[in-house]
Parts: sequence; structure tokens; C-alpha cells
Amino acid sequence: MELLVKNGFVYDPLNGIDGEKMDIAVKDGKIVEKVNERKAKKIDASGMLVMPGGVDIHSHIAGSKVNSGRLLRPEDHFKDFEPKTPITRSGVGYSVPSTFTTGYRYARMGYTTVMDPAMAPLEAKHTHEEFNDIPIIDKASYPLLGDWWFVLEYLREGRIEECARYVAWMITSTKGYAIKLVNPGGLETWGFGHNVRGLDDQVPYFCITPREIIRGLCKVNKLLNLPHTIHVHTNNLGKPGNYVTAVETMKCVEDLALENKPAIHITHCQFCAFKGDDWRTLESGSEDIANYVNGHSHATMDMGQVIFADTTTMTADGPFQFALYELSGNKWVNHDVETETSGGIVPFHYRRKSYVHAVQWSIGLELALLIRDPWKIFMTTDHPNGGPFIAYPKIIAWLMSRKARGATLKKVNPRARSRSLLPSIDRELGFCEIAIMTRAGQAKALGLKDKGHLGIGADADIAIYNVNPETTDPSRKYKSVRRAFKQAANTIKDGKIVVNDGEILKHVGGATMWLDVQTLEPIKITEEMKRKFKEYWTVEYENYPVTEHYLEVSRPITVKADV
Amino acid sequence: MNENAKLQVTLLTGRTIEQGVGKERGKASMEYMESVSVCYMDPEDLRRLGVKEKANILVSTNYGSVVVKALKSLRTPHPKIIYIPYGPWANVLVDPETHSIGMPSFKGIPAEVEPALDKPLLNMKELLKEQFGKE
Amino acid sequence: MPVVKAVTCPVCGSLCDDIELTIEDKEIVKVKNGCAMCESKFLNYNGKHRIRKPLIRKDGKLVKATLKEAVRKTAEILAEANYPILYGWSSTSCEATRVGLELAEEVGGVIDNTAVVCHGPSLLSVQEIGISSCTLGQIRHRADLVIYWGSDPWSAHPRHIERYTTFSEGRFERSEWRGYVAKIKASIGRKKIESVLRRLFLKKKPTVPSSYLEGRVCPTISREGRKLIVIDVRRTKSAEMADYFIQVEPNKDYELLQAFRALIRDQELDVDKVAGVPVEYLEEVSDAMVGCNFGALFFGVGLTMSRGKLRNIDAALSLVRDLNTRTKFIIMPMRGHFNVAGANTVSTWQTGYPYAVDFSLGYPRYNPGETSVVDVLMRKESDAALIVASDPVANFPRKAAEHLVENPLVVVDPHMNATAHMADVVLPSAFVGIEASGTAYRMDHVPLPLKRVAEPPRGVLPDEEILRRILSEVRKIKRKKQVAAEAQ
Repeated sequence: MELLVKNGFVYDPLNGIDGEKMDIAVKDGKIVEKVNERKAKKIDASGMLVMPGGVDIHSHIAGSKVNSGRLLRPEDHFKDFEPKTPITRSGVGYSVPSTFTTGYRYARMGYTTVMDPAMAPLEAKHTHEEFNDIPIIDKASYPLLGDWWFVLEYLREGRIEECARYVAWMITSTKGYAIKLVNPGGLETWGFGHNVRGLDDQVPYFCITPREIIRGLCKVNKLLNLPHTIHVHTNNLGKPGNYVTAVETMKCVEDLALENKPAIHITHCQFCAFKGDDWRTLESGSEDIANYVNGHSHATMDMGQVIFADTTTMTADGPFQFALYELSGNKWVNHDVETETSGGIVPFHYRRKSYVHAVQWSIGLELALLIRDPWKIFMTTDHPNGGPFIAYPKIIAWLMSRKARGATLKKVNPRARSRSLLPSIDRELGFCEIAIMTRAGQAKALGLKDKGHLGIGADADIAIYNVNPETTDPSRKYKSVRRAFKQAANTIKDGKIVVNDGEILKHVGGATMWLDVQTLEPIKITEEMKRKFKEYWTVEYENYPVTEHYLEVSRPITVKADV
Repeated sequence: MNENAKLQVTLLTGRTIEQGVGKERGKASMEYMESVSVCYMDPEDLRRLGVKEKANILVSTNYGSVVVKALKSLRTPHPKIIYIPYGPWANVLVDPETHSIGMPSFKGIPAEVEPALDKPLLNMKELLKEQFGKE
Repeated sequence: MPVVKAVTCPVCGSLCDDIELTIEDKEIVKVKNGCAMCESKFLNYNGKHRIRKPLIRKDGKLVKATLKEAVRKTAEILAEANYPILYGWSSTSCEATRVGLELAEEVGGVIDNTAVVCHGPSLLSVQEIGISSCTLGQIRHRADLVIYWGSDPWSAHPRHIERYTTFSEGRFERSEWRGYVAKIKASIGRKKIESVLRRLFLKKKPTVPSSYLEGRVCPTISREGRKLIVIDVRRTKSAEMADYFIQVEPNKDYELLQAFRALIRDQELDVDKVAGVPVEYLEEVSDAMVGCNFGALFFGVGLTMSRGKLRNIDAALSLVRDLNTRTKFIIMPMRGHFNVAGANTVSTWQTGYPYAVDFSLGYPRYNPGETSVVDVLMRKESDAALIVASDPVANFPRKAAEHLVENPLVVVDPHMNATAHMADVVLPSAFVGIEASGTAYRMDHVPLPLKRVAEPPRGVLPDEEILRRILSEVRKIKRKKQVAAEAQ
């Protein structure tokens, strides 16, 4: 099928296009140079924004943790549901939406690619089964590897190449996309109810430190030539004073970066940008972090913006979630996974009038505005930890408009307001910078060659938003910008029009992307590995890997490793 | 033997390994029926009732009554507690009240036991016919 | 003779995946590593109780029919119903449940799984309290204290202790199997000596202090290594393996749980006994709970089915949550059917709710007590029922089963069971995990593949495929109706 998107204001930062009025031609699901104008279906985008489909680098949308969150929160669903239509399946929201609803809601906002950032390898099949039920958007997931016993043992012994081969085996076996580290070392320590306190604290029984794990996996990542960097949720997350840990974490791989290429991604940075000694003296650490990032080129990050709403926090960081339970007294789920990782869930309400929550809200925006290069920081809420992803249009408005920030700032806790850096920041982002932070930058950081841009050969994932950059000043008219990004005028996925004015037109299955990491010699299942398997896990070796049978729309990406 | 002996007891229902093996063999099998149409009792209670092991007894609750075969429990002592494995026989007796949460009461139900030497132990088909009038 | 290794056993929630089957002439002739239930299933599944042809009730009798007729009849029943029940799901694959949910949505029915009469209260409690849990390997590696409460793994999950808890070999904790064998030997030896003494002195048998009820001094739990505690209303087979057994009076679990909550906070109890158990015993156990490095509490339907139901679980979940401020402690329900956890899981990801989901308004609604199947039946609201891989006539209280039997009733099952006897349409299906592949979730939510190791009887399809055919037939009927309505 051929398609022609006509006369839109195109924002395609990866190809240097900044609001030019032009046509985008689509054929067989790809962007092409031109199509037969008479035969092609035409979409009139005049007076509208045309961008690549949105890309989300970090959003918990599927898998055992997310599903435990759904189970835990019936009250979250009662107030927000979507009935079945002749085209769509029914479902529920709000902070942990059911699978179908997740796909539709992303698509309505013009998003077409979403990365689930935390998959316990042992439960990888669950993530992939849910992916099959998340329509429209393309998906991938990062296996949690920072506390895997194989990694801890091989890194401790300095057997980096063997470690790399096992990681390659693991990524391919779980159909994963990147190496995820969560509170490295801390999760193994949580197995007996404790935690590590910093980069140089030893993991009990394993004689290895978080610093060694991060550096080791950073080297492994390079040996394997993975498209994304290591994706790190730092130690000490959610604790006052932890901005130091965040900066140290970036510093500890400084020397491993090559040719100014990124070597590490610090995720939901807002949660590790706290200054102060305790919750009373909490302050923003955003300036220190922004200064470091502005002076270095080896790190990218995403915001983890807080939204004032009732949400559900969920991370693999078991000890952090327990601390949050003790702090809030809310219901608490813990789920440790043998030999690999842990996880926790606590519902949480971010309130405008709370000092701490208001400071957190401010930190996220400060980071995004103080870091000068939009290719280094991406827009996320760490869905649903900072708030549900449906709040993205609000964040876009805050980033584009000082007035929007002021309007919210007026309503927050007065002490937090008086300490916020936001009034001192004049910067207002333009549509091009928004396009970078919501799609182009994220696709680039992920190494997704066919996503996040509208160049010839790219996947025909396109979002059209009904706002005219020539006549609308986002700084003043932030509300119309917010409205436009909430409901895309059109979302096009693989060349098919799937959304029209926020209404789903087609229920199509999105693909699952995964890395087929090919080592120099094919990985043989050694006797050592089989023995360890028996000892470490309670499932048989044969039943562990995720076979391709589990992926209804499988999109492997081949990676040639150096080991 | 005492024909008028009646015993007030607490009824528990649950799983036994024999029931587990029987159900995998097939719900229409003899093994299954033999594993679930029984009632495990404390030997003391059997004595009080004046019946021997494997005698037919009638168990009644507010919800129904059914004839089952009395067996000596190996898990003694549990005076005044009787145990019937999950199955159609137990279900005649259990409390359907869900207390508004969807879950009937399968354990800890007040019940009465009496000898029933003259009453037959029904097989699965007969029991279903008696209870639901269908076959 | 081909041997198939690493087969997942489709019987209980332990989902052992190390079964080895020997196959001869397309038949399973030998089962290695399995328990009694596992062997019984793999060796006998294809016996004389198998349904081989679809059946439809005509003039009060079930008679043979073609698959097409039976599917057509089922679709008619479901399409015409206002409020059908779709029940079962815990003994089939997640893939089948996925289709089942779509079918329930299409016909606007209520879909419920067997958790409702099993661990439904546990799920309700988790929604109130949360749960501190983990996968079973974590217990194998770390637990030095294991408690089974209202659960008899020896009978219901025979390999649970050997594979995952006290008798398994972990990284930080060793198996207690040898200690147990020594204990058994000692006990047999003691019995022999006793019997010799009896004969020698022709005395009455010496009283064996079999339980604390006889006023013996409270034993201490001082042993090194892994400890096993069993708490139950009966002295179950599992209780006999335990280092410590506490016999609670029926329907008094709640009191005992709350007593433990007080004790682990170092509060004194002002009574001598709780639920029939002397307080010194409880203090001993609560000291063991606080003093362990990693404790695990497994609970069975002994807690969910007796008085208090979900409140018992509230107390148990709270106890374990509280214990986490002192040490590491986890809690896990002992799920019965091999894929009941999977049925909950799939239902939750598609609808947000684990069971008792009502689609009658076009979107998922959940209110156990109202939308749960036993309550729907007791109110006599349903007007059709589809039962997949379950036997509610044998498992529901009679009063509830009565209305079910009055409904037009369709059963999809490999075996002729009590419900199938009562049905209007019976669709034979392949055994999931033997004749059909798929996925199941272990009690700790670890997904495992189910293998196809044998051929189903000719013409017999897996649940998933049967449901797909019913769904497409239902859609055809509805489309026709719509066209007819528009024409008028």
C-alpha cells in the first residue's frame, strides 16, 4: 500500500529537518523517496506537525512485575476502563493498564516503539507472552543481569570474555535487547534482606563491588557490540544525597568510553539526583549532575519525571521498594528471583503539597532544561514509577513553556517552590528539541537504525499532531500543544493508518525486537554450564530459553560480537 | 452396637494422595470413587458410634446428608473431627455461603454422624441422579 | 526406545519439569522422577474414561455427534445467552485461557477460574496487604526455616519439600534429608525396643507422648541447619516429617496468626493457650521466626477455606510483612492445579483482574462475591455455561451445582467427569502437557513450557483450537443476527 503525508511541518532531527514543509512518502511499510501521487492514499497534514513515531526508552509495560502491579491494584482500574468496540478489545487503566489498553494509549499519543526495561530472565516468557497482547507498538525488553550469579562469579575471577559469552547466550535466550543493571550488587544482597550502600561496598559471599560489576558489564557490552549501552538504575536510588552515587557511577566508566560515544545510560535520573542528608533537608542535585553531563559525552539519561497523581511504583530494586513501603505504609509486594534479581511494588501518591514530592517534580524538569544537549536526556516518567505514560503531553508543555511551569509551580508546596531552580531557568524547548527527546534521541541511544527518523528506508512509523508551529506559540499556548500531543491527528504504524483523531482504526500486532548476538564461535553448552544450571535454578536447562514460538511477530536484530 | 448413637462433629474436607492419584486416573474410575466416598474418623469416635471400620455412616449438615464409608484415620488423635476428601460426596455437605467473597466454606462445618448400616453407598452415577435428577 | 527428558508435569502447582518419559509404540510406558500423581496421570490418561467423540444431549441422553455439530451447538448456546458463565481454566494452557477471555468478552459473560474456590481469598488479601514473595529457588538456596500452614505437601504437592524446600540442596543451605532419615531410623529402632520390652514385661504398651496435649515439656527448636515446622488441624503426613508440629483447633487459625504477630513484636500474651496451643510453644516458634536468616511460610487452603477465609490470609501476609523488619521472610500460597497461577496471570494482563471477571457491560468488571461463579449460580442468574478442563459438579457445593446443571451446559474436557455427565454438549479435548503443548505458570509465577509427547486420539483437538472454533462460530452467528436486524 502506498501513502503520502502531504504538506506537514516535518521534524526529523536525525536527518537535520527542522520544521520544513514537505511530503513524506510511504510504501510497503517503509519511508520511500516518492510514490505515485494518483494511486497513493493521501493524508493532508497541512498546518500540522509531522514527526517520526514516538520512542520510549524506559517504560514498564509488561512482564511479571507489571502484572503483579495490575493484580495489586483493582482500585486503580475501577475508575478507568475502556469498553470493547468492534475494533478494539476492552481493558482497564490507570497507572498499570492492561495489555491491550497499553498499546492503544501509546498509539493514540503517536508512540510506536516502547522498551520494557526490566525482565527477570527466568520469567522472560511472561514478558513475551504479554508483548503478544500489546497491540500496535513495537516492543523490546532488557534482561536484568547485574546480579546474576554467573556475572558476579566470572567478573570476580576476571574472566571477562567468558562472562561476555554467557551474557550473549542470556540475551539471545531471553530474546532481550540490552544489559540492564538495577542497584548492582544490592539485589543479591537483598536475598538475605540487606543492601549495599555504595559503589565500593562488597556483596556478601561474592567478594565483588558494584563498581566492578558496572565496569565489567560495560566492557562486556563493548565486547558484544550491543546497539544500546548498559542501562543502569544506580545504587542508593531514592535516598537523599544520592546524586553523588549517580555522578560516581558515570565517572566509573569514563575511561571505557571510546571516541566520545556513550558508554552508559543512567535511567530515571530524577530518582538519583537528591541532595541533602535526610528527607527534611532534601534539595535538588540537578545542577551537579547537569554540570557533569554537560562536560562529558559518554553518558545519556532519561528524566523519570514525577507527575502529581496516584501511581504504582515498581522496580527490580527490592530494598528500595521495601524502604518505600516503610516510608509510606502502603501495601507492598516483593518478588525475588533465584540466582538473578529481585523486584518490588508499592502504590504511591505524589502530592503537590508534599515538600519532597514537589522537589522531585522540580528535579526532573531541571535536569531536562539544565542539560544543554537534548541528545543526552530523554523524556520518560519511568512509567509508572514517576507517573503513568499518558502524562507525557503535560511534560512536553512544561518543557516548552515557562508559563506552564509557573502555573504548576504556583500550586506546589511553598518551601519546595522557594527552593526550586525552575524560576531561574528561562530555557523553553522548541518542537525540534521535543522531537529529539521523545523519539530521535531515544532511537539513537538505543541503536535502532530504522526508528526515530523519516529518512528513506526507515520504518514508516509516523505521528501527526494537530498544532501549527507557524501560528502557535507553545510558550503561551501550551494548552493547545498539550491537547495536540495527547491525541495524535494520525498515527501511522508500518505504513498503516492506525489512529485517526485519537481513535483506534486498526488492531494490528506490533513486533518484538530482540538481539541475536553471534559470538565468534557458537556458544556450546558446556558441562560446567549444565552443572551450574542444576545447582542454581529450579528449572531444567531445556525449559529455560524463550523459543521463537513465544514471539508472534519476531524481529531479530543480528549483532556480531568480538568474542 | 448402638442404633441411636449420633455424634456431633466438625467436618473438614481436603485433599488426599489417593484422591490425587484417583482423579488423574479418571473421574469415572473406581479408584476415584473409592478415594472420595469415604470419611476418616478418629478410632475413638468410631467406637463411640458403635461401628466398625468400612461400615456405612450417614453424615448430615445443614445443607444435606450423604452416606459414606467410615475409615480409621491414621492421623490421630483428632476427636470429634471428621475428614472427607474433596469430591461429589463432600459437596453434598459443605456450606455454599461465600460471605460475599466468592469462596464457599469447605472446612470446619458443624456436622452430625450416625450409623447407616441399612443405607446403601451410592456410586457416582446414582449420586448424581439423586442430587440433580440427571444422568 | 525414545526417552523424552525435561518434561513438565501437568498435575500440581509445583510444576516439576524434570520428568523423563520412556515412549514405546507412541505410548508412555515409563515415568522417571515423578510422584504418584504424576505417574498415575502419564500412565493412565488415555484409559477407558477418555472421551473420544463429541456428545450432544438428545431426548435426555448424551449421543455421539460430529465436532462441527458440537461446536455449532456450543456457539448457539453461548450466542443466545444473556449472561453465560465460562469457568475452569486452571488445568489448561495459558494460550487456551487467552482465547477463553476473548470469547467471554465477545459473548458478554462472566469468566472465572478455579482459584475462586481455592486461593481466591489469598488473591483478595494480596490486593489489600501485598505479599513478600520470591521464586522457589530462592528458598532452596537460602531458607533455614520453612513453615507449612494448613497445607499438606506430602499429599497435595508430593515433591515440593524435596525439590524446593527442606530436602533440597542450596547454595547457602544444605538438604536435611540425611537428618530426616536418621530420625526415622531412630524412631523405628525405638519402636522395636519398645515392642521387645512390652513382650518381656507383658505390660500394657508404654504411653508414647505423641503430642504436647499430654502435658510434656515444650521441646526446643535448637537444631542447626534447616528447620521444618508444620501447623495444621490434623497431624498430616507432612507433620510427621516436621521438627515441630503445632495442632491448631479447627477455625482458630486467625487467632494463632495474630498471636504470632504480637509475639514477634516482643509482646507478652496474657493467656495460657491460643487456639488450643500452649503459649510457650508459640514463643518457641516465634523465636525461631525472628532468629532465622531466611524464613518461608507456605500456606494452603486450610487457611482460605476455614472460618475467616481472607482474614486468615490478611493475618498471615501481615505477619510475614512484619517479620521483614526483623529478618528476611517470604510467604507463598500452595497453588493446587498445575496452571491455576497461569489462569490468574493471563486474566490479569488482559483485564486487570485475576478471576471473577464480568464482561456483561462490555468492559472488565470485578467484584468477587458478586461476579464470582458460585455467587452467580446461587443467585440463579446465569443462563448458559461453558466449562473448560474442570469439574464443578464434583467441586462446588451442591446448591451451586444445582443451578449449573439447569443451565444449557457445555463441557470441554479429556475425561468423562461428573460435570460432563450432566452436560448438554461434551467436546473431547487433548491433554494439555501430554498431547498438546503450551505454557503453564508454577505457583511462584515461573512460566514453563508444556510439551507434546504423544498424539491425541483421532479428531481430538487441544482446548485452544476448540475455543478458537467456537469463537469464530459465535462471531458468525452474531454477524448474521446483525445483518438480519439491519434488514428489518
